[in-house]
Amino acid sequence: MIEIKGLRKTYRSRGREVRAVDGVDLTVGEGDVYGVLGQSGAGKSTLLRCVNMLERPDAGTITVGGVDLTALNRKGLRLARHGIGMIHQHFALLSSRTVAGNIAFALEVTGVPRSARKERVAELIELVGLGGRADAYPAQLSGGQKQRVGIARALAARPQVLLSDEATSALDPETTDSILRLLQDLNQRLGLTILLITHEMDVVKKICHSAAVMRDGAFVESGPVAELLHRPGSTLARGLFPLSAPATLPGRTVVDVTVSGPDADTALTGLARNFDISLLEGSVETLAATRAGRWRIALPEDGTAAVEFLRARGAQVEAAA
Amino acid sequence: MTWSEVFDLLWVGLQETAWMVLVSTVLTAVGGLLLGVLLVLTAPGGLLSAPPLYSVLGLIVNITRSLPFIILLVAVIPFTRAVVGTTIGTDAAIVPLTIGAIPFFARIVEAALREVPNDVIAAATAMGASRGQIVGKVLLREARPGLAAGLTITVIALVGYSAMAGVVGGGGLGDLAIRYGYQRFETEVMVATVAALVVFVQLVQMAGDLLVRRLSHK
Ligand SMILES: Nc1ncnc2c1ncn2[C@@H]1O[C@H](COP(=O)(O)OP(=O)(O)OP(=O)(O)O)[C@@H](O)[C@H]1O
Ligand SMILES: [Mg+2]
Repeated sequence: MIEIKGLRKTYRSRGREVRAVDGVDLTVGEGDVYGVLGQSGAGKSTLLRCVNMLERPDAGTITVGGVDLTALNRKGLRLARHGIGMIHQHFALLSSRTVAGNIAFALEVTGVPRSARKERVAELIELVGLGGRADAYPAQLSGGQKQRVGIARALAARPQVLLSDEATSALDPETTDSILRLLQDLNQRLGLTILLITHEMDVVKKICHSAAVMRDGAFVESGPVAELLHRPGSTLARGLFPLSAPATLPGRTVVDVTVSGPDADTALTGLARNFDISLLEGSVETLAATRAGRWRIALPEDGTAAVEFLRARGAQVEAAA
Repeated sequence: MTWSEVFDLLWVGLQETAWMVLVSTVLTAVGGLLLGVLLVLTAPGGLLSAPPLYSVLGLIVNITRSLPFIILLVAVIPFTRAVVGTTIGTDAAIVPLTIGAIPFFARIVEAALREVPNDVIAAATAMGASRGQIVGKVLLREARPGLAAGLTITVIALVGYSAMAGVVGGGGLGDLAIRYGYQRFETEVMVATVAALVVFVQLVQMAGDLLVRRLSHK
């Protein structure tokens, strides 16, 4: 659905050059929820703003729904943008328009005739769970409600793709959850492809099928979440399941174990039945609809047999660090 | 002078002031909005980014704004004759008033439009809005409270400038205060005129505040 090749974007200001995006390749499949993680200044927003050409890249191609956006003229780009929704960290609503007015704005811009707007607006208000608030102004809404308006507005033109720039970063944890559930629901019900950027591991944990970690303008790892977890030394695995228990114990071998799939719930019990181990830290959670567990475990001094046992069950085992 | 004579003077002066201010406000609103929007659009990084044009417009605005109004009044006399056909009277005063106020209001418009957050403009662009839609439905619409407040300031400035319209025989309350109070020492007339001006300005400000409150949903 989204295909990015060799994307580069450099900002120049007063002789200083910042390579915000420095050679990114990215493919987001139809119906995928793809998360890009990274620290502040990594280039996440720049990457996302290139996807709908709010920033014009210096090099590379961006194909959305089969159309190469870098090759379009102004008019063509405007039309292509109707098929790409976007939501923003600070909501970016029109303060002078009501909830209904903000959603109607998206329809006006796409040229939906007045007669058809009212019904579609009502439909969208229901879709995002804002029934009864149609006539409220943004200033009268909570953050979570504002983001729901942002989502309704982004979906007004029935886009196939939704871009999200830190859509939950300004919200409290509970509201974040409700917005993430809404996005997940839209993904499942409408088959909406979502590319989101975030600095919160939790967002990836809750809704992403695939993810990438960005640093200094480039991806340092990327792929399906379940697969990334099993990659030795994965930053994402460490981020999703931070392990901080001691990495060495006298007379024991300490290892970090990652298991996903149905085995995640049984691997540990099996291990404990056969070996003298202690669980130092870790948990099993549901990630991208699959069960995944990651633990720091102290094995006997000679852990070879236990490691064999785990590997035979598809676990990835590495020395704790 | 009897109070009834004073009252007649005031009544005529008030009508002249109101007329001058009203017409020049309407013309200034249109001209200032156009110029202000043009400044925002042509500014570096704007929707129609054209830094040379922006610099030229900015220079013209600044020059006009630095001229003392009385000098502007005299300087535009040939232009006034070409437009209104005469160089004296209330209508003739409207020309310099408008020319003086347009750059003033244009800067206020520019500042008000810049208050519209960048991410709101980016959001509209991302939705596929055209530049015309962004100007009309986003910039001007979102800036309405600021524009209304700015127009109020402009109207009151015009009331002040119009006091000098007497130089070209424009009349009005300000002229009355200068002629009777300052030149003839008719203190009562001056005080009454100034009081009328204060009430006039006060009413304009109240109407402006009311409008701003109606437009603002912050
Ligand atoms: N318009 C701009 N002009 C100049 N430099 C910019 C501009 N936008 C971004 N940058 C620079 O590009 C780099 C990447 O910025 P970007 O906003 O993409 O980071 P980010 O990963 O989204 O960070 P955050 O998590 O803080 O939002 C930063 O060094 C930033 O200073
Ligand atoms: Mg950012």
